[in-house]
Amino acid sequence: MADPWDLGLGHSLELGAWSLELSIAMTPLVCYLLLSALLFSIGLAGALTRRNAIIVLIGIELMLNAANLNFIAFWRYGEHPETLTGVMFAIFSIGVAAAEAAVGLALIIAVYRHYKTTNLDQVDSMKG
Amino acid sequence: MIWIFVILAMVTLAGAMAALSQRHLVHCALCLVLALGGLAGLFLQLDAQFVGLAQILVYIGAVAILIVFAILLTRGSEPTQQSALTSSWVMGVSVAVLTFGSLAAGVLASHVIPWASNPKPNVATDVAVNRIGEKLMTDYVVPLEVVALLLTAALIGAVIIAMKEEPK
Repeated sequence: MADPWDLGLGHSLELGAWSLELSIAMTPLVCYLLLSALLFSIGLAGALTRRNAIIVLIGIELMLNAANLNFIAFWRYGEHPETLTGVMFAIFSIGVAAAEAAVGLALIIAVYRHYKTTNLDQVDSMKG
Repeated sequence: MIWIFVILAMVTLAGAMAALSQRHLVHCALCLVLALGGLAGLFLQLDAQFVGLAQILVYIGAVAILIVFAILLTRGSEPTQQSALTSSWVMGVSVAVLTFGSLAAGVLASHVIPWASNPKPNVATDVAVNRIGEKLMTDYVVPLEVVALLLTAALIGAVIIAMKEEPK
């Protein structure tokens, strides 16, 4: 007959070992992909719902960063990390995103100078 | 390792949500810095030191400052009376929720992505940075030049767009 106290101790030891194993093991790739999807959706929600043009630009930056996180995660967990493909793509992506931010903010400043507002609901002179 | 990931993911998500939900625009920019810093930490945790430090330099150093400048130049720091959301915000939120649902369903249903995958042994950090430089100058020299051209064009274009309009 098994001693109930012994069983409880063994169970808790097993749980402790499992927790230790989980804390040592690397994060699975799925966690990074889900985090990236969530970050992309938050950026998309911000870009679609806010009135201010600068917040829309911040949402677009967050979406670009979510894509960068996917590049790096797939590179790190891929078959050949020594080829550095994902890192290269992420570096070029950061460069293009910087150019996009500069031109986008210049456009916002030009729109503000013309309309005296950055509220996207009021910038509607091309609306049919 | 997974606790570091959980903490960094929490910081990133909280920063992103706060950056898009605050009413005060300067607070939005500061929360964006928090989210980008969390992402830089995630890059460092994934052994991509060069990308993580480039993220800190480019995003936290340059893009965040640029956004603060734009907020101050457009007087966005003054609080407005009207609602911060567009009239069709329900549609926007549902599109975003649908996007996340389809992305998560695709990721979770995929047979290609292993569940308990450990990353492959990586090359050492200093070797990796050396090899990034080598590759940028050999295999990726054409994209490098194209990005240089793009940045120059963006610089000139941004100056011309933001230049003062001539009164007619």
